[in-house]
Amino acid sequence: MKVGVVVFPGSNCDRDALHAARLAGAEALSLWHEQTDLHGADALILPGGFAYGDYLRAGALARFSPIMGAVSDHAARGGLVLGICNGFQILAEAGLVPGALVRNASLRFEHRWIRLRVERRDTPFTSAVPDGMTLRMPVAHGEGCYVLPAADLRSLEERRGVLFRYDSPEGNPNGSAHDIAGVIDQAGNVCGLMPHPERASEAVLGSDDGLLLLRSLVASAAAAVAVPA
Amino acid sequence: MAEFRFCVSVMPKPGILDPQGRAVEGSLPYLGVDSVSSVRIGRRVELTVEAATESGARTIVERLADDLLANPLIEAWTAEAIV
Repeated sequence: MKVGVVVFPGSNCDRDALHAARLAGAEALSLWHEQTDLHGADALILPGGFAYGDYLRAGALARFSPIMGAVSDHAARGGLVLGICNGFQILAEAGLVPGALVRNASLRFEHRWIRLRVERRDTPFTSAVPDGMTLRMPVAHGEGCYVLPAADLRSLEERRGVLFRYDSPEGNPNGSAHDIAGVIDQAGNVCGLMPHPERASEAVLGSDDGLLLLRSLVASAAAAVAVPA
Repeated sequence: MAEFRFCVSVMPKPGILDPQGRAVEGSLPYLGVDSVSSVRIGRRVELTVEAATESGARTIVERLADDLLANPLIEAWTAEAIV
């Protein structure tokens, strides 16, 4: 079971993602954004960072990188794609997950520990999370405020497309609509979230809750678990 | 072929939170200004297009605006020819 971590110019969490994927039991390899071959990766991670310096809008330029065609094809085939932070922004700009991430309501770069409520456990990204458990992990972003037009937000909620919400006591760090921290696409195999599970993948880092998401991904890709409707 | 220069203005759509505009508005009292409201902050992009006609150039600008310069979920744009 191979996890490919896509590296854009300006990605800076790619090595953390490789390390966390290995901790979760996968073989992991880097995929430079200029290539169009996924080298047999069964699941993909678009890591955090500042691809293309976040110029224009976060993720706006990265979505046109050569590898993104292969990422879309992989997703269209039902392959798993996880976008973390900047990776989420890139997936949103590419239209692979719904919504847009805009400047934090606070106008500050928010970097701190938060708590995540997991809304569904019947997905390839959350299957290893014990029932009722909230996840402690850090956020570190300037543009993480999730927005979607009201009608689209309603349909997102109706189809249970919200996978993660910011929870108390720390609450919502960026002003996101409905406290949304992460979403899943309609088909159920592409997920984006602003918090960093890979930075919470070992107890020595302050939490290993994030490893549960990586373990879910790795186990689901390995078993080619049917995606939820 | 000729060169045509365009300006694309990209603005947050009505109803989309614009914290930058709000922050600017929040500082106006420090300037002693109380007559200004609804501050919105967007982006202006100027570019040159090589094309046979202005309408041909405009078609290219419109495609760029739709696909790259603006995110249609949150932003609206207008394009005008400039000198």
